[in-house]
Amino acid sequence: MLEVKGLRKSFGGSEILKGVDLSIGKGDVLAVLGPSGGGKTTLLRCLNFLERADAGTMTFLDRTMDMPGSGKKDIAAYRRHTAFVFQSFNLFANKTALQNVTEGLIVARKMARAEAEARAMAALERVGLADKRDAYPSQLSGGQQQRVAIARAVAGEPDIIFFDEPTSALDPELIGGVLDVIRALAEDGMTMIVVTHEVNFARNVSTRVLFMDGGKALAEEPTAAFFQEQKLERIQSFLRSLDRKEGEL
Amino acid sequence: MSERVLNILITSFPRILGQGLLVTIPLTVISFALALIIAVICAMVQIADVKGLKQIVRFYIWIIRGTPLLVQLYLVYFGLPDLGVALPAFPCAVAVFALNEGAYCAETVRAAIEAVPRGQMEAGYCVGMSYIQIMRRIVLPQAFRTAFPPLSNSLISMVKDTSLAANITVTEMFMTTQRVAGRTYEHLALYAEVALIYLIFCTVITWLQRLGEKKLNAMNGGNVIRA
Repeated sequence: MLEVKGLRKSFGGSEILKGVDLSIGKGDVLAVLGPSGGGKTTLLRCLNFLERADAGTMTFLDRTMDMPGSGKKDIAAYRRHTAFVFQSFNLFANKTALQNVTEGLIVARKMARAEAEARAMAALERVGLADKRDAYPSQLSGGQQQRVAIARAVAGEPDIIFFDEPTSALDPELIGGVLDVIRALAEDGMTMIVVTHEVNFARNVSTRVLFMDGGKALAEEPTAAFFQEQKLERIQSFLRSLDRKEGEL
Repeated sequence: MSERVLNILITSFPRILGQGLLVTIPLTVISFALALIIAVICAMVQIADVKGLKQIVRFYIWIIRGTPLLVQLYLVYFGLPDLGVALPAFPCAVAVFALNEGAYCAETVRAAIEAVPRGQMEAGYCVGMSYIQIMRRIVLPQAFRTAFPPLSNSLISMVKDTSLAANITVTEMFMTTQRVAGRTYEHLALYAEVALIYLIFCTVITWLQRLGEKKLNAMNGGNVIRA
């Protein structure tokens, strides 16, 4: 469904992405793992054109785009099929939960209000927050805000959702609820790319794993193979260090 | 207080207040409305980083903030006629006050827009909204809430600054008071009286500000927390 080749991105002379390839099929959940500073978030932001790649081509739903050269219209058309969930939620602070979900549908997609609200309510239902429809972001916990953000993403009926460390800004006791929502989406067959530090989540929910380090994809393989038959010493030591961290807690 | 002073105060009060309502308030309202327009345009030019225009805006703000308001009034009213540009007193005062306050408010508005977390802009793009749609529906309403108290401050300052227009022959409240005082020599009583009227005007604005903040808070969902 989505295939990217030769993705490169530099910031002020230092190259963050050094030619990354990836491909994801319909219904796949691709977990992106790796140490901080390895380029995971930049990769994801490039995939939704929040950062402009310096080089790379993207094939999405049988259309190929040159990533540095694509125009506003192409990007807008592409974003109609995608959704993005941010680490810091980024809900519109002046809108209620319901309005956060309907805003894009009504303003960008010109959907009738009644239809947009019905769709938004279904999305809020899905993340378990239908009763918070009239709450403003400042009245919601971090976990609830992130679930509203997921409802906002789902309501656009995207073909793929990008998650940028969706639980990294949350208190530990709120992480589970958000991961459950993402797991349920996976079970419904939603195609997703999830940048995460939650290794257990990657192990249990993802179908494939992309391991990023130093701006390169060191591995891209099925989840079972990644965790069970890991041959690369760099990845083994990364996984060991996480195990140790969890053991200490 | 002697009966004479009391009489002077009573007869001058409607006259001074009348000039306040007829000149000071319109001068303030028109100038401030224009200042706000100037401020929003200047803030947007700086934020959108429009090459060339941005430098002009910075230059304008630099000049205005670096020179006294009274000098600016004199330059335009007494100085520009030497170049063949002679404006009547009232429009001249409006132009100077608007340009002066616009420069200060431009910085207030710019700071308020920049205080809206950038992530909301990105989220807007990701749900398919355009720059203009995001500005109008998401960023500016929040920025306006942030800018409202400092802008109210500026408005209150401006009510009092309009007294400077007396220097360029605008017969507003202060000049009216000066005239009565010059004729009656009751300086203490009359200047205290006009001070009281300014205080009343500013009290009303303060009260309106509180009302406005309540309304804006309700529209923004309680106190806006910057996530």
